[in-house]
Amino acid sequence: MIEIKNITKRYGETAVVDDVSLTIAPRTVTVVVGTSGSGKTTLLRMINRLVEPTSGTIRLDGEDNRSLPGYELRRRIGYAIQGHGLFPHRTVAQNIATVPTLLGWERARIDAKVDELLQLFQLDPADFGPRFPHELSGGQQQRVGVARALAAEPKVLLMDEPFGALDPIIRAKAQDDLLAIQKHFETTVILVTHDMEEAFQLADRIAVMDKGKVVQYATPAEMLIKPATPFVESLIGVSERPYRLLAIEPVLSAVEPGSADGTAISSTLSQREALAELLWSGRSALPVADPAGAIIGKVSLEGLAKRAAGPV
Amino acid sequence: MPKLSTLFRLGVFLVLLAFLLQPQWFEPLLRPLVQANAPVIYNQGSLLQLTLLHLRTVAIAVSAAAMVALALAILVTRESGAEFLPLSRSLVNIGQTFPPVAVLALAVPIFGFGEKPTLIALFLYGLLPIFENALTGLTTLPPSVMEAARGAGMTGGQRLLKVELPLAMPVILAGIRLSVVISLATATIGSTVAAKTLGEVIIAGLQSNNLAFVVQGGLIVATLAVLLHDGLQAAERKLAARMGR
Ligand SMILES: Nc1ncnc2c1ncn2[C@@H]1O[C@H](COP(=O)(O)OP(=O)(O)O)[C@@H](O)[C@H]1O
Ligand SMILES: [Mg+2]
Repeated sequence: MIEIKNITKRYGETAVVDDVSLTIAPRTVTVVVGTSGSGKTTLLRMINRLVEPTSGTIRLDGEDNRSLPGYELRRRIGYAIQGHGLFPHRTVAQNIATVPTLLGWERARIDAKVDELLQLFQLDPADFGPRFPHELSGGQQQRVGVARALAAEPKVLLMDEPFGALDPIIRAKAQDDLLAIQKHFETTVILVTHDMEEAFQLADRIAVMDKGKVVQYATPAEMLIKPATPFVESLIGVSERPYRLLAIEPVLSAVEPGSADGTAISSTLSQREALAELLWSGRSALPVADPAGAIIGKVSLEGLAKRAAGPV
Repeated sequence: MPKLSTLFRLGVFLVLLAFLLQPQWFEPLLRPLVQANAPVIYNQGSLLQLTLLHLRTVAIAVSAAAMVALALAILVTRESGAEFLPLSRSLVNIGQTFPPVAVLALAVPIFGFGEKPTLIALFLYGLLPIFENALTGLTTLPPSVMEAARGAGMTGGQRLLKVELPLAMPVILAGIRLSVVISLATATIGSTVAAKTLGEVIIAGLQSNNLAFVVQGGLIVATLAVLLHDGLQAAERKLAARMGR
Protein backbone atom coordinates (compact mmCIF):
# COMPACT_ATOMS: atom_id res chain seq x y z
CA MET A 1 0.00 0.00 0.00
CA ILE A 2 1.31 3.42 -0.97
CA GLU A 3 -0.23 6.45 0.68
CA ILE A 4 0.61 9.78 -0.85
CA LYS A 5 -0.70 12.59 1.37
CA ASN A 6 -0.87 16.26 0.40
CA ILE A 7 2.41 16.09 -1.43
CA THR A 8 3.69 19.36 -2.92
CA LYS A 9 6.88 20.19 -4.78
CA ARG A 10 7.79 23.79 -5.52
CA TYR A 11 10.60 25.06 -7.67
CA GLY A 12 10.77 28.72 -6.75
CA GLU A 13 7.24 30.08 -6.86
CA THR A 14 5.64 27.39 -9.05
CA ALA A 15 4.20 24.24 -7.55
CA VAL A 16 4.99 21.56 -10.17
CA VAL A 17 3.20 19.01 -7.99
CA ASP A 18 0.40 20.66 -6.08
CA ASP A 19 -1.17 19.05 -3.01
CA VAL A 20 -1.55 15.57 -4.47
CA SER A 21 -3.09 12.73 -2.45
CA LEU A 22 -3.40 9.18 -3.77
CA THR A 23 -3.75 5.79 -2.15
CA ILE A 24 -2.47 2.92 -4.21
CA ALA A 25 -3.55 -0.62 -3.43
CA PRO A 26 -0.89 -3.34 -3.32
CA ARG A 27 -0.44 -5.62 -6.35
CA THR A 28 -2.15 -3.19 -8.72
CA VAL A 29 -1.06 -1.17 -11.72
CA THR A 30 -1.58 2.56 -11.38
CA VAL A 31 -0.93 4.71 -14.41
CA VAL A 32 -0.25 8.43 -14.10
CA VAL A 33 -1.13 10.28 -17.30
CA GLY A 34 -1.09 13.90 -18.31
CA THR A 35 0.41 16.28 -20.81
CA SER A 36 4.12 16.98 -20.83
CA GLY A 37 5.18 19.18 -17.93
CA SER A 38 2.15 18.32 -15.78
CA GLY A 39 4.39 17.00 -12.97
CA LYS A 40 4.15 13.23 -13.53
CA THR A 41 7.89 12.55 -13.35
CA THR A 42 8.31 14.77 -10.32
CA LEU A 43 5.49 12.94 -8.50
CA LEU A 44 7.03 9.56 -9.32
CA ARG A 45 10.51 10.63 -8.25
CA MET A 46 9.23 11.79 -4.88
CA ILE A 47 8.15 8.22 -4.11
CA ASN A 48 11.76 6.97 -4.17
CA ARG A 49 13.07 10.38 -3.07
CA LEU A 50 15.08 11.21 -6.12
CA VAL A 51 13.19 14.45 -5.50
CA GLU A 52 12.46 15.61 -1.96
CA PRO A 53 8.96 17.06 -1.55
CA THR A 54 8.43 20.60 -0.28
CA SER A 55 5.63 19.33 1.94
CA GLY A 56 3.46 16.27 2.50
CA THR A 57 4.21 12.65 3.28
CA ILE A 58 4.51 9.38 1.42
CA ARG A 59 4.06 6.10 3.27
CA LEU A 60 4.97 2.66 1.97
CA ASP A 61 3.13 -0.08 3.87
CA GLY A 62 2.57 2.42 6.65
CA GLU A 63 6.23 3.44 6.90
CA ASP A 64 7.26 7.01 6.09
CA ASN A 65 9.64 6.91 3.13
CA ARG A 66 11.96 9.28 4.99
CA SER A 67 12.54 6.79 7.79
CA LEU A 68 15.66 5.43 6.07
CA PRO A 69 18.43 6.97 3.94
CA GLY A 70 17.43 7.70 0.35
CA TYR A 71 19.86 5.22 -1.19
CA GLU A 72 18.58 2.39 1.02
CA LEU A 73 14.99 3.27 0.17
CA ARG A 74 15.83 3.18 -3.55
CA ARG A 75 17.37 -0.29 -3.28
CA ARG A 76 13.94 -1.51 -2.15
CA ILE A 77 12.02 0.18 -4.96
CA GLY A 78 12.40 -0.81 -8.59
CA TYR A 79 12.97 2.04 -11.01
CA ALA A 80 12.81 1.81 -14.79
CA ILE A 81 13.09 4.81 -17.08
CA GLN A 82 12.72 5.80 -20.69
CA GLY A 83 15.88 5.07 -22.64
CA HIS A 84 16.56 2.24 -20.13
CA GLY A 85 19.75 3.87 -18.68
CA LEU A 86 21.74 0.64 -18.81
CA PHE A 87 25.38 0.95 -17.73
CA PRO A 88 27.26 0.81 -21.05
CA HIS A 89 30.48 -0.50 -19.47
CA ARG A 90 28.83 -3.46 -17.78
CA THR A 91 27.46 -6.65 -19.26
CA VAL A 92 23.75 -7.45 -19.29
CA ALA A 93 24.24 -9.85 -16.36
CA GLN A 94 26.20 -7.24 -14.37
CA ASN A 95 23.54 -4.64 -15.14
CA ILE A 96 20.77 -6.85 -13.84
CA ALA A 97 22.87 -7.72 -10.78
CA THR A 98 23.26 -4.04 -9.81
CA VAL A 99 20.92 -3.81 -6.82
CA PRO A 100 21.48 -7.37 -5.50
CA THR A 101 25.22 -6.60 -5.54
CA LEU A 102 24.65 -3.35 -3.64
CA LEU A 103 22.61 -5.32 -1.12
CA GLY A 104 25.43 -7.82 -0.69
CA TRP A 105 23.65 -10.93 -1.89
CA GLU A 106 25.75 -14.06 -2.26
CA ARG A 107 27.21 -14.74 -5.69
CA ALA A 108 25.15 -17.90 -6.29
CA ARG A 109 21.90 -16.19 -5.38
CA ILE A 110 22.68 -13.28 -7.70
CA ASP A 111 23.54 -15.59 -10.60
CA ALA A 112 20.35 -17.58 -10.12
CA LYS A 113 18.26 -14.40 -10.04
CA VAL A 114 19.91 -13.03 -13.19
CA ASP A 115 19.22 -16.29 -15.04
CA GLU A 116 15.63 -16.40 -13.83
CA LEU A 117 14.93 -12.86 -14.98
CA LEU A 118 16.62 -13.26 -18.35
CA GLN A 119 14.53 -16.36 -18.99
CA LEU A 120 11.38 -14.61 -17.85
CA PHE A 121 12.09 -11.87 -20.40
CA GLN A 122 12.77 -14.46 -23.11
CA LEU A 123 16.49 -13.77 -23.34
CA ASP A 124 18.79 -16.79 -23.30
CA PRO A 125 21.11 -16.28 -20.28
CA ALA A 126 24.12 -17.95 -21.93
CA ASP A 127 23.78 -15.78 -25.01
CA PHE A 128 22.68 -12.45 -23.57
CA GLY A 129 24.23 -12.44 -20.08
CA PRO A 130 27.78 -11.70 -21.27
CA ARG A 131 26.77 -9.13 -23.89
CA PHE A 132 27.22 -5.40 -23.50
CA PRO A 133 24.12 -3.19 -23.79
CA HIS A 134 25.12 -1.80 -27.18
CA GLU A 135 24.97 -5.35 -28.54
CA LEU A 136 21.19 -5.52 -27.96
CA SER A 137 18.20 -4.24 -29.92
CA GLY A 138 16.09 -1.44 -28.47
CA GLY A 139 13.41 -3.85 -27.30
CA GLN A 140 15.98 -6.11 -25.64
CA GLN A 141 17.63 -3.16 -23.90
CA GLN A 142 14.27 -2.10 -22.55
CA ARG A 143 13.58 -5.61 -21.22
CA VAL A 144 16.97 -5.70 -19.51
CA GLY A 145 16.18 -2.30 -17.98
CA VAL A 146 12.98 -3.68 -16.45
CA ALA A 147 14.75 -6.90 -15.40
CA ARG A 148 17.37 -4.79 -13.59
CA ALA A 149 14.62 -2.86 -11.81
CA LEU A 150 13.05 -6.13 -10.61
CA ALA A 151 16.25 -7.94 -9.63
CA ALA A 152 16.07 -7.37 -5.88
CA GLU A 153 12.40 -8.43 -5.82
CA PRO A 154 11.00 -5.00 -4.92
CA LYS A 155 7.39 -4.78 -3.83
CA VAL A 156 7.05 -1.52 -5.73
CA LEU A 157 8.14 -0.78 -9.28
CA LEU A 158 8.22 2.80 -10.56
CA MET A 159 8.31 3.24 -14.34
CA ASP A 160 8.74 6.55 -16.15
CA GLU A 161 7.63 6.25 -19.77
CA PRO A 162 9.41 2.89 -19.95
CA PHE A 163 8.12 2.08 -23.43
CA GLY A 164 8.45 5.57 -24.87
CA ALA A 165 11.35 4.71 -27.16
CA LEU A 166 9.87 1.51 -28.62
CA ASP A 167 8.10 1.08 -31.94
CA PRO A 168 4.38 0.17 -31.76
CA ILE A 169 4.64 -3.60 -32.22
CA ILE A 170 7.45 -4.13 -29.72
CA ARG A 171 5.69 -1.73 -27.43
CA ALA A 172 2.47 -3.75 -27.39
CA LYS A 173 4.46 -6.87 -26.57
CA ALA A 174 6.37 -5.09 -23.81
CA GLN A 175 3.07 -3.97 -22.28
CA ASP A 176 1.71 -7.53 -22.30
CA ASP A 177 4.95 -8.82 -20.79
CA LEU A 178 4.80 -6.19 -18.06
CA LEU A 179 1.31 -7.27 -17.02
CA ALA A 180 2.35 -10.94 -16.97
CA ILE A 181 5.42 -10.19 -14.87
CA GLN A 182 3.48 -7.89 -12.56
CA LYS A 183 1.11 -10.78 -11.84
CA HIS A 184 4.00 -13.23 -11.48
CA PHE A 185 5.86 -11.20 -8.83
CA GLU A 186 2.73 -9.50 -7.44
CA THR A 187 4.46 -6.15 -7.78
CA THR A 188 2.76 -2.82 -7.20
CA VAL A 189 3.44 -0.86 -10.36
CA ILE A 190 3.21 2.90 -10.78
CA LEU A 191 3.76 3.87 -14.38
CA VAL A 192 3.98 7.31 -15.92
CA THR A 193 2.98 7.89 -19.52
CA HIS A 194 1.52 10.59 -21.73
CA ASP A 195 -0.13 7.93 -23.90
CA MET A 196 -3.81 7.43 -23.02
CA GLU A 197 -3.96 4.21 -25.04
CA GLU A 198 -1.17 2.78 -22.90
CA ALA A 199 -2.94 3.92 -19.74
CA PHE A 200 -6.16 2.11 -20.65
CA GLN A 201 -4.22 -0.95 -21.72
CA LEU A 202 -2.33 -1.33 -18.43
CA ALA A 203 -4.15 0.40 -15.62
CA ASP A 204 -6.22 -0.87 -12.75
CA ARG A 205 -6.53 2.79 -11.82
CA ILE A 206 -5.60 5.92 -13.71
CA ALA A 207 -4.50 9.23 -12.18
CA VAL A 208 -4.83 12.14 -14.57
CA MET A 209 -2.51 15.08 -13.84
CA ASP A 210 -2.96 18.62 -15.09
CA LYS A 211 -0.70 21.50 -14.04
CA GLY A 212 0.58 19.70 -10.96
CA LYS A 213 -2.81 18.56 -9.70
CA VAL A 214 -4.46 15.16 -9.92
CA VAL A 215 -7.79 16.02 -11.52
CA GLN A 216 -9.19 12.50 -11.51
CA TYR A 217 -8.16 9.22 -9.93
CA ALA A 218 -10.43 6.38 -10.98
CA THR A 219 -10.72 3.04 -12.73
CA PRO A 220 -10.67 3.21 -16.52
CA ALA A 221 -14.39 2.47 -16.73
CA GLU A 222 -15.32 5.16 -14.23
CA MET A 223 -13.15 7.63 -16.05
CA LEU A 224 -14.85 6.87 -19.37
CA ILE A 225 -18.35 7.09 -18.03
CA LYS A 226 -17.79 10.07 -15.75
CA PRO A 227 -14.81 12.17 -16.73
CA ALA A 228 -14.24 14.64 -13.91
CA THR A 229 -13.30 17.64 -16.04
CA PRO A 230 -13.37 18.69 -19.69
CA PHE A 231 -9.60 18.18 -19.65
CA VAL A 232 -9.99 14.49 -18.78
CA GLU A 233 -12.65 14.18 -21.44
CA SER A 234 -10.39 15.68 -24.09
CA LEU A 235 -7.51 13.48 -22.98
CA ILE A 236 -9.64 10.37 -23.44
CA GLY A 237 -10.70 11.61 -26.85
CA VAL A 238 -14.42 11.95 -27.47
CA SER A 239 -14.36 9.79 -30.60
CA GLU A 240 -12.44 7.04 -28.81
CA ARG A 241 -14.83 6.61 -25.88
CA PRO A 242 -17.05 3.74 -27.11
CA TYR A 243 -14.04 1.74 -28.26
CA ARG A 244 -12.12 2.28 -25.03
CA LEU A 245 -15.20 1.16 -23.10
CA LEU A 246 -15.34 -2.06 -25.11
CA ALA A 247 -11.56 -2.53 -24.84
CA ILE A 248 -11.70 -2.73 -21.04
CA GLU A 249 -14.07 -5.72 -20.84
CA PRO A 250 -13.56 -9.28 -22.11
CA VAL A 251 -15.92 -10.96 -24.56
CA LEU A 252 -16.94 -13.28 -21.74
CA SER A 253 -19.09 -10.59 -20.09
CA ALA A 254 -20.91 -9.86 -23.39
CA VAL A 255 -21.87 -13.44 -24.20
CA GLU A 256 -25.53 -13.93 -25.04
CA PRO A 257 -27.36 -17.25 -25.20
CA GLY A 258 -27.96 -18.66 -28.63
CA SER A 259 -25.91 -19.74 -31.60
CA ALA A 260 -24.41 -18.07 -34.63
CA ASP A 261 -22.56 -19.01 -37.79
CA GLY A 262 -18.92 -18.30 -38.52
CA THR A 263 -15.54 -18.76 -36.86
CA ALA A 264 -15.75 -18.71 -33.06
CA ILE A 265 -14.20 -15.85 -31.06
CA SER A 266 -12.25 -16.58 -27.87
CA SER A 267 -14.01 -15.41 -24.73
CA THR A 268 -10.74 -13.93 -23.40
CA LEU A 269 -10.40 -11.35 -26.17
CA SER A 270 -11.58 -7.81 -25.48
CA GLN A 271 -15.01 -6.73 -26.68
CA ARG A 272 -13.31 -4.22 -28.94
CA GLU A 273 -11.53 -7.05 -30.72
CA ALA A 274 -14.85 -8.90 -31.02
CA LEU A 275 -16.44 -5.80 -32.54
CA ALA A 276 -13.62 -5.55 -35.06
CA GLU A 277 -14.07 -9.21 -35.93
CA LEU A 278 -17.86 -8.77 -36.41
CA LEU A 279 -17.42 -5.72 -38.61
CA TRP A 280 -14.69 -7.33 -40.67
CA SER A 281 -16.58 -10.60 -41.22
CA GLY A 282 -19.77 -8.70 -42.13
CA ARG A 283 -21.90 -10.76 -39.73
CA SER A 284 -24.27 -9.53 -37.06
CA ALA A 285 -23.26 -12.25 -34.57
CA LEU A 286 -20.44 -14.76 -34.03
CA PRO A 287 -20.13 -17.83 -31.76
CA VAL A 288 -17.95 -17.52 -28.64
CA ALA A 289 -15.61 -20.26 -27.43
CA ASP A 290 -14.15 -20.61 -23.93
CA PRO A 291 -10.40 -21.18 -23.55
CA ALA A 292 -10.97 -24.95 -23.80
CA GLY A 293 -12.67 -24.47 -27.17
CA ALA A 294 -16.26 -25.22 -26.18
CA ILE A 295 -18.93 -22.93 -27.66
CA ILE A 296 -20.59 -21.02 -24.82
CA GLY A 297 -22.92 -18.72 -26.74
CA LYS A 298 -22.72 -15.81 -29.15
CA VAL A 299 -21.70 -12.17 -29.28
CA SER A 300 -23.73 -9.77 -31.40
CA LEU A 301 -23.30 -6.33 -32.96
CA GLU A 302 -26.46 -5.22 -31.27
CA GLY A 303 -25.26 -6.40 -27.85
CA LEU A 304 -21.89 -4.71 -28.22
CA ALA A 305 -23.51 -1.50 -29.45
CA LYS A 306 -25.52 -1.33 -26.24
CA ARG A 307 -22.41 -1.87 -24.14
CA ALA A 308 -20.51 0.81 -26.03
CA ALA A 309 -23.15 3.43 -25.33
CA GLY A 310 -22.30 6.02 -22.70
CA PRO A 311 -24.62 7.02 -19.84
CA VAL A 312 -27.68 8.93 -21.01
CA MET B 1 47.55 -12.30 -36.88
CA PRO B 2 48.83 -8.97 -35.58
CA LYS B 3 47.96 -5.94 -37.66
CA LEU B 4 50.56 -4.26 -39.86
CA SER B 5 50.50 -1.13 -37.69
CA THR B 6 51.25 -3.22 -34.60
CA LEU B 7 54.24 -4.79 -36.33
CA PHE B 8 55.44 -1.34 -37.38
CA ARG B 9 55.28 -0.08 -33.80
CA LEU B 10 57.13 -3.13 -32.57
CA GLY B 11 59.81 -2.45 -35.21
CA VAL B 12 60.18 1.17 -34.11
CA PHE B 13 60.49 0.05 -30.51
CA LEU B 14 63.19 -2.51 -31.36
CA VAL B 15 65.18 0.06 -33.34
CA LEU B 16 65.01 2.45 -30.39
CA LEU B 17 66.11 -0.29 -28.00
CA ALA B 18 69.00 -1.23 -30.29
CA PHE B 19 70.08 2.38 -30.50
CA LEU B 20 70.07 2.81 -26.73
CA LEU B 21 71.93 -0.45 -26.06
CA GLN B 22 74.35 -0.48 -29.04
CA PRO B 23 74.58 3.11 -30.33
CA GLN B 24 77.83 2.41 -32.20
CA TRP B 25 75.89 0.23 -34.65
CA PHE B 26 74.30 3.42 -35.96
CA GLU B 27 77.54 5.36 -36.28
CA PRO B 28 77.76 5.06 -40.09
CA LEU B 29 74.28 6.58 -40.44
CA LEU B 30 75.10 9.65 -38.35
CA ARG B 31 78.69 10.08 -39.54
CA PRO B 32 77.80 12.45 -42.45
CA LEU B 33 76.37 14.94 -39.93
CA VAL B 34 79.66 15.76 -38.20
CA GLN B 35 83.04 17.16 -39.17
CA ALA B 36 85.93 14.76 -39.33
CA ASN B 37 87.37 13.70 -35.95
CA ALA B 38 84.32 14.89 -33.99
CA PRO B 39 82.55 12.19 -31.94
CA VAL B 40 79.42 10.82 -33.65
CA ILE B 41 77.73 9.12 -30.71
CA TYR B 42 77.11 11.06 -27.50
CA ASN B 43 80.11 10.41 -25.30
CA GLN B 44 79.48 12.35 -22.09
CA GLY B 45 77.23 9.74 -20.52
CA SER B 46 75.09 6.71 -21.29
CA LEU B 47 72.17 7.34 -23.67
CA LEU B 48 70.24 4.52 -22.03
CA GLN B 49 70.68 6.00 -18.58
CA LEU B 50 69.66 9.47 -19.74
CA THR B 51 66.58 8.02 -21.45
CA LEU B 52 65.56 6.20 -18.27
CA LEU B 53 66.07 9.33 -16.19
CA HIS B 54 64.11 11.36 -18.74
CA LEU B 55 61.23 8.86 -18.55
CA ARG B 56 61.40 8.80 -14.77
CA THR B 57 61.10 12.59 -14.58
CA VAL B 58 58.10 12.52 -16.92
CA ALA B 59 56.49 9.63 -15.03
CA ILE B 60 56.81 11.33 -11.64
CA ALA B 61 55.55 14.68 -12.92
CA VAL B 62 52.61 13.26 -14.89
CA SER B 63 51.54 10.88 -12.09
CA ALA B 64 51.49 13.76 -9.64
CA ALA B 65 49.67 15.98 -12.13
CA ALA B 66 47.16 13.22 -12.88
CA MET B 67 46.41 12.67 -9.20
CA VAL B 68 45.98 16.34 -8.41
CA ALA B 69 44.03 17.14 -11.59
CA LEU B 70 41.73 14.15 -11.16
CA ALA B 71 41.13 14.92 -7.49
CA LEU B 72 40.31 18.52 -8.40
CA ALA B 73 38.00 17.47 -11.22
CA ILE B 74 36.17 15.03 -8.94
CA LEU B 75 35.88 17.67 -6.24
CA VAL B 76 34.41 20.37 -8.45
CA THR B 77 31.98 18.01 -10.16
CA ARG B 78 30.42 16.98 -6.82
CA GLU B 79 27.32 18.92 -5.81
CA SER B 80 29.12 20.37 -2.79
CA GLY B 81 32.16 21.52 -4.79
CA ALA B 82 30.43 23.11 -7.76
CA GLU B 83 31.16 26.64 -6.58
CA PHE B 84 34.90 26.00 -6.94
CA LEU B 85 34.61 25.07 -10.59
CA PRO B 86 35.46 28.53 -12.03
CA LEU B 87 38.26 29.09 -9.50
CA SER B 88 40.02 25.79 -10.14
CA ARG B 89 39.67 26.30 -13.88
CA SER B 90 41.46 29.63 -13.74
CA LEU B 91 44.15 28.31 -11.39
CA VAL B 92 45.02 25.53 -13.80
CA ASN B 93 44.85 27.96 -16.71
CA ILE B 94 47.41 30.22 -15.04
CA GLY B 95 49.77 27.25 -14.84
CA GLN B 96 49.44 26.94 -18.58
CA THR B 97 50.02 30.59 -19.50
CA PHE B 98 53.50 30.53 -17.93
CA PRO B 99 56.02 29.38 -20.52
CA PRO B 100 58.03 26.41 -19.21
CA VAL B 101 61.24 28.42 -19.33
CA ALA B 102 59.72 31.05 -17.06
CA VAL B 103 58.64 28.40 -14.55
CA LEU B 104 62.17 27.01 -14.56
CA ALA B 105 63.67 30.45 -14.12
CA LEU B 106 61.39 31.17 -11.17
CA ALA B 107 61.84 27.75 -9.59
CA VAL B 108 65.64 27.69 -9.65
CA PRO B 109 66.19 30.42 -7.02
CA ILE B 110 63.71 28.62 -4.75
CA PHE B 111 64.62 24.97 -5.29
CA GLY B 112 68.13 25.24 -6.70
CA PHE B 113 69.45 23.54 -9.81
CA GLY B 114 68.63 19.96 -10.73
CA GLU B 115 65.51 17.86 -11.07
CA LYS B 116 63.19 19.76 -8.72
CA PRO B 117 62.47 22.86 -10.82
CA THR B 118 62.00 20.63 -13.86
CA LEU B 119 59.52 18.42 -12.01
CA ILE B 120 57.58 21.47 -10.91
CA ALA B 121 57.42 22.88 -14.42
CA LEU B 122 56.30 19.56 -15.86
CA PHE B 123 53.77 19.09 -13.09
CA LEU B 124 52.20 22.49 -13.73
CA TYR B 125 52.20 21.84 -17.44
CA GLY B 126 50.64 18.43 -17.06
CA LEU B 127 47.71 19.64 -14.94
CA LEU B 128 45.58 21.42 -17.49
CA PRO B 129 45.03 18.76 -20.16
CA ILE B 130 44.19 16.13 -17.54
CA PHE B 131 41.94 18.46 -15.57
CA GLU B 132 40.11 19.70 -18.65
CA ASN B 133 39.55 16.20 -19.97
CA ALA B 134 38.51 14.79 -16.61
CA LEU B 135 36.04 17.66 -16.31
CA THR B 136 34.65 16.98 -19.77
CA GLY B 137 34.41 13.27 -19.04
CA LEU B 138 32.68 13.72 -15.70
CA THR B 139 30.21 16.39 -16.86
CA THR B 140 29.06 14.80 -20.12
CA LEU B 141 27.90 11.43 -18.79
CA PRO B 142 24.58 10.22 -20.27
CA PRO B 143 21.83 11.63 -18.01
CA SER B 144 19.72 8.47 -18.20
CA VAL B 145 22.66 6.38 -16.97
CA MET B 146 23.28 8.71 -14.04
CA GLU B 147 19.56 8.69 -13.25
CA ALA B 148 19.57 4.89 -13.28
CA ALA B 149 22.60 4.79 -10.97
CA ARG B 150 20.85 7.01 -8.43
CA GLY B 151 17.57 5.17 -8.88
CA ALA B 152 19.27 1.84 -8.17
CA GLY B 153 20.33 3.14 -4.76
CA MET B 154 24.04 3.77 -5.31
CA THR B 155 25.62 6.19 -2.86
CA GLY B 156 27.62 9.14 -4.14
CA GLY B 157 30.89 7.24 -3.73
CA GLN B 158 29.54 4.15 -5.46
CA ARG B 159 28.32 6.21 -8.39
CA LEU B 160 31.74 7.83 -8.71
CA LEU B 161 33.72 4.58 -8.57
CA LYS B 162 31.37 2.23 -10.37
CA VAL B 163 29.83 4.47 -12.99
CA GLU B 164 31.30 7.94 -13.43
CA LEU B 165 35.03 7.17 -13.45
CA PRO B 166 34.78 4.04 -15.62
CA LEU B 167 32.61 5.88 -18.13
CA ALA B 168 34.85 8.95 -18.17
CA MET B 169 38.05 6.88 -18.31
CA PRO B 170 38.67 7.03 -22.07
CA VAL B 171 38.46 10.83 -21.99
CA ILE B 172 40.62 11.04 -18.87
CA LEU B 173 43.23 8.79 -20.49
CA ALA B 174 43.28 11.09 -23.51
CA GLY B 175 44.17 13.95 -21.17
CA ILE B 176 46.96 11.92 -19.59
CA ARG B 177 48.25 11.07 -23.03
CA LEU B 178 48.43 14.74 -24.01
CA SER B 179 50.16 15.51 -20.76
CA VAL B 180 52.75 12.73 -21.31
CA VAL B 181 53.60 13.99 -24.78
CA ILE B 182 53.93 17.61 -23.64
CA SER B 183 56.09 16.55 -20.69
CA LEU B 184 58.38 14.39 -22.82
CA ALA B 185 59.18 17.40 -24.97
CA THR B 186 59.32 19.94 -22.14
CA ALA B 187 61.63 17.78 -20.02
CA THR B 188 64.46 18.39 -22.50
CA ILE B 189 64.51 22.03 -21.39
CA GLY B 190 65.16 20.79 -17.86
CA SER B 191 68.75 20.16 -18.84
CA THR B 192 69.33 23.92 -18.91
CA VAL B 193 68.97 23.85 -15.12
CA ALA B 194 71.05 20.68 -14.80
CA ALA B 195 68.30 18.07 -14.65
CA LYS B 196 69.45 14.75 -16.04
CA THR B 197 67.34 14.34 -19.18
CA LEU B 198 67.88 13.77 -22.87
CA GLY B 199 68.08 17.55 -23.20
CA GLU B 200 71.76 17.13 -22.20
CA VAL B 201 72.48 15.42 -25.48
CA ILE B 202 70.85 18.17 -27.51
CA ILE B 203 72.49 20.97 -25.52
CA ALA B 204 75.89 19.31 -25.80
CA GLY B 205 75.36 19.11 -29.55
CA LEU B 206 74.40 22.75 -29.77
CA GLN B 207 77.38 23.87 -27.69
CA SER B 208 79.97 21.88 -29.66
CA ASN B 209 78.24 22.44 -32.99
CA ASN B 210 77.69 18.66 -33.29
CA LEU B 211 74.57 18.01 -35.41
CA ALA B 212 74.68 14.24 -34.78
CA PHE B 213 74.19 14.81 -31.02
CA VAL B 214 71.24 17.11 -31.65
CA VAL B 215 69.64 14.64 -34.03
CA GLN B 216 70.05 11.60 -31.80
CA GLY B 217 68.75 13.41 -28.71
CA GLY B 218 65.79 14.78 -30.67
CA LEU B 219 64.98 11.48 -32.33
CA ILE B 220 64.96 9.53 -29.07
CA VAL B 221 62.55 12.02 -27.50
CA ALA B 222 60.33 12.04 -30.59
CA THR B 223 60.24 8.23 -30.82
CA LEU B 224 59.37 7.91 -27.12
CA ALA B 225 56.57 10.41 -27.62
CA VAL B 226 55.15 8.56 -30.62
CA LEU B 227 55.29 5.15 -28.92
CA LEU B 228 53.70 6.33 -25.67
CA HIS B 229 51.06 8.32 -27.56
CA ASP B 230 50.16 5.26 -29.60
CA GLY B 231 50.09 2.89 -26.66
CA LEU B 232 47.82 5.10 -24.59
CA GLN B 233 45.57 5.77 -27.54
CA ALA B 234 45.18 2.03 -28.11
CA ALA B 235 44.14 1.64 -24.47
CA GLU B 236 41.56 4.43 -24.84
CA ARG B 237 40.12 2.85 -27.97
CA LYS B 238 39.83 -0.51 -26.31
CA LEU B 239 37.97 0.95 -23.35
CA ALA B 240 35.67 3.01 -25.55
CA ALA B 241 34.91 0.08 -27.87
CA ARG B 242 33.75 -2.03 -24.95
CA MET B 243 31.15 0.61 -24.23
CA GLY B 244 30.02 0.64 -27.82
CA ARG B 245 31.33 4.09 -28.70
N1 LIG C 1 14.84 20.41 -11.04
C1 LIG C 1 13.91 21.26 -11.53
N2 LIG C 1 14.03 22.59 -11.39
C2 LIG C 1 13.09 23.43 -11.88
N3 LIG C 1 11.99 23.03 -12.52
C3 LIG C 1 11.80 21.72 -12.70
C4 LIG C 1 12.75 20.76 -12.22
N4 LIG C 1 12.31 19.52 -12.54
C5 LIG C 1 11.14 19.71 -13.20
N5 LIG C 1 10.84 21.02 -13.30
C6 LIG C 1 9.64 21.58 -13.94
O1 LIG C 1 8.52 20.98 -13.37
C7 LIG C 1 7.52 20.76 -14.34
C8 LIG C 1 7.05 19.33 -14.31
O2 LIG C 1 8.09 18.50 -14.76
P1 LIG C 1 7.93 16.92 -14.86
O3 LIG C 1 7.55 16.39 -13.54
O4 LIG C 1 9.17 16.40 -15.47
O5 LIG C 1 6.71 16.79 -15.88
P2 LIG C 1 6.23 15.56 -16.77
O6 LIG C 1 6.98 14.35 -16.35
O7 LIG C 1 4.77 15.46 -16.52
O8 LIG C 1 6.50 15.94 -18.19
C9 LIG C 1 8.09 21.19 -15.67
O9 LIG C 1 7.58 22.45 -16.00
C10 LIG C 1 9.57 21.26 -15.40
O10 LIG C 1 10.16 22.23 -16.19
MG1 LIG D 1 8.27 13.11 -17.50
